[in-house]
Amino acid sequence: MNEVLVRSGGLYTTVQDAGRDGHYAIGMPPSGAMDRYSFTIANLLAGNPGPTAALEATYLGPELEFTDSRTVAVTGADCSVTVSGASAPMWMSLRVGPGDVLGFGPLKAGARPYVAISGGLDVPEYLNSRSTYKLTGIGGFGGRALAEGDRVPLGQAQDPPAEGTTVPEEFLPEFPDVVELRLVVGLCSYRLTENALDSFLDTTWKVTKDADRIGYRLRGGTIDFVEREQPFGAGSDPANVVDLGYPIGSVQIPGGNEPIILLNDAVTGGGYATVGTVVSADRDRVAQTGTGGYVRFNATDVDSAVQARQDRDAWLHKLRTVLTG
Amino acid sequence: MSTMNAQLPGVFYRRPSPEQAPFIEEGGTVEPGQLVALIEVMKTFNEVKADRSGIISKFLLGDGDEVEAGQGIVEVDEA
Repeated sequence: MNEVLVRSGGLYTTVQDAGRDGHYAIGMPPSGAMDRYSFTIANLLAGNPGPTAALEATYLGPELEFTDSRTVAVTGADCSVTVSGASAPMWMSLRVGPGDVLGFGPLKAGARPYVAISGGLDVPEYLNSRSTYKLTGIGGFGGRALAEGDRVPLGQAQDPPAEGTTVPEEFLPEFPDVVELRLVVGLCSYRLTENALDSFLDTTWKVTKDADRIGYRLRGGTIDFVEREQPFGAGSDPANVVDLGYPIGSVQIPGGNEPIILLNDAVTGGGYATVGTVVSADRDRVAQTGTGGYVRFNATDVDSAVQARQDRDAWLHKLRTVLTG
Repeated sequence: MSTMNAQLPGVFYRRPSPEQAPFIEEGGTVEPGQLVALIEVMKTFNEVKADRSGIISKFLLGDGDEVEAGQGIVEVDEA
C-alpha cells in the first residue's frame, strides 16, 4: 500500500472532499473543503478526476514525506512551499519521488492552503464522503486532524498533467484587506430593526480568534432587535426565535453584538434568528479570511446568488480547459 | 537584535494561566525550542517556541493582545 508520511500535522490539517451532502435532515453538516475553488484547482493540477479527497491546512501547513512518485499541487492561502528544502511554486503541478518532503513556510495571505496528491487520499468513506467531521470524529483520517507519525493511504496514481503545469494569473484568488461577502437577507431578518439591518451592512466586521470550520465569530458593532413578546418555544434572548434549520453560510447574532457565520461543520439548526446567508460562491473567501481579517456584507438576492455559483463553475470549467487542453 | 514573528493569528499570552508567572521575563535567556508564549486560536492554545538563542530584550505584545500572522512578538538579543 502506498502512503504519505506525516512528519508534522501543521496547526489543523484535515482530509476533505466535496462534502457529505444529503444528510442535513438528520443533523449531519456536509463538512468538505471550505474553499471549494482552491480545492478544485489543486485536484486539477494533481490530475485527479472530480472532487477527490485532498488536504486542507489552516494557517500552518503540514510536513509530508512521500514514499512513491506522485504529482502534488498546493493552492489556496498564499504561503511559501518547499520540496525537500528547495522553494517550490504554488498553483503548479509538482513531481515528487520517494523520500521527498513537502514543507510549508510562513503564511503571507489567506488562511487555508490545500494540498492535492495524484491518486487522492484513500481513507475510508463514511456516508459517501471522505471529509473529516471532527466534532463527532467521523470521516477523513480517523475523524481527526493529521498528527506527526500518521501514515495516510493514497489511491492509485492517476494521469496527472505535465510537470510544471501552472494556473494562469487571472485565475488566482485575491486576498483583499477587507473581504466583501454577498449576503441573501433573511430568513429571520424581520427580527432586526430597520436601522439595525443598515448598520449590519455598513459595518466592517473583524474576525475574532473563534473562527474555524464550524463558524466565524465577528466583532465590530451592536445590532438591535425589534421589541417583542417572547413567543412560546423561543428563548429569552432577543435574538432567539422558535427553532429553525440553519442554512450553511447563515449569519446569526446571539446577544446582538457578535455575529457568527455558520460554515461547513456547523450545527444544522437551532433557535437563533438568522439574519442572512453568505452566498455559496463567497464562502471560498470566508475560508481564506483568517482571525484578524475583516469582512463586509453586501445584500443580494437569490437569483444573483445562483448566478454567482454558476459564474464560478463556468470559470473553473474554463480553467479546466486551459490546463487539460 | 532580531525579531521573532508570530506564525499564527490569535490572542497572545505570556503565561500558562492568568494566575501564573510568565514563561519568561524580559532579560531572560532563551534556547531554541524553549516555550516563550501562547497564541490562542480555534479554541486551542498553541505554543510559541524560541527558534534561536539569546536574551529576550523586549516583548512587543502584552498579555491578551490580538496578534496577526507574521507580526513581531519578541525581540531577541542574539549572543
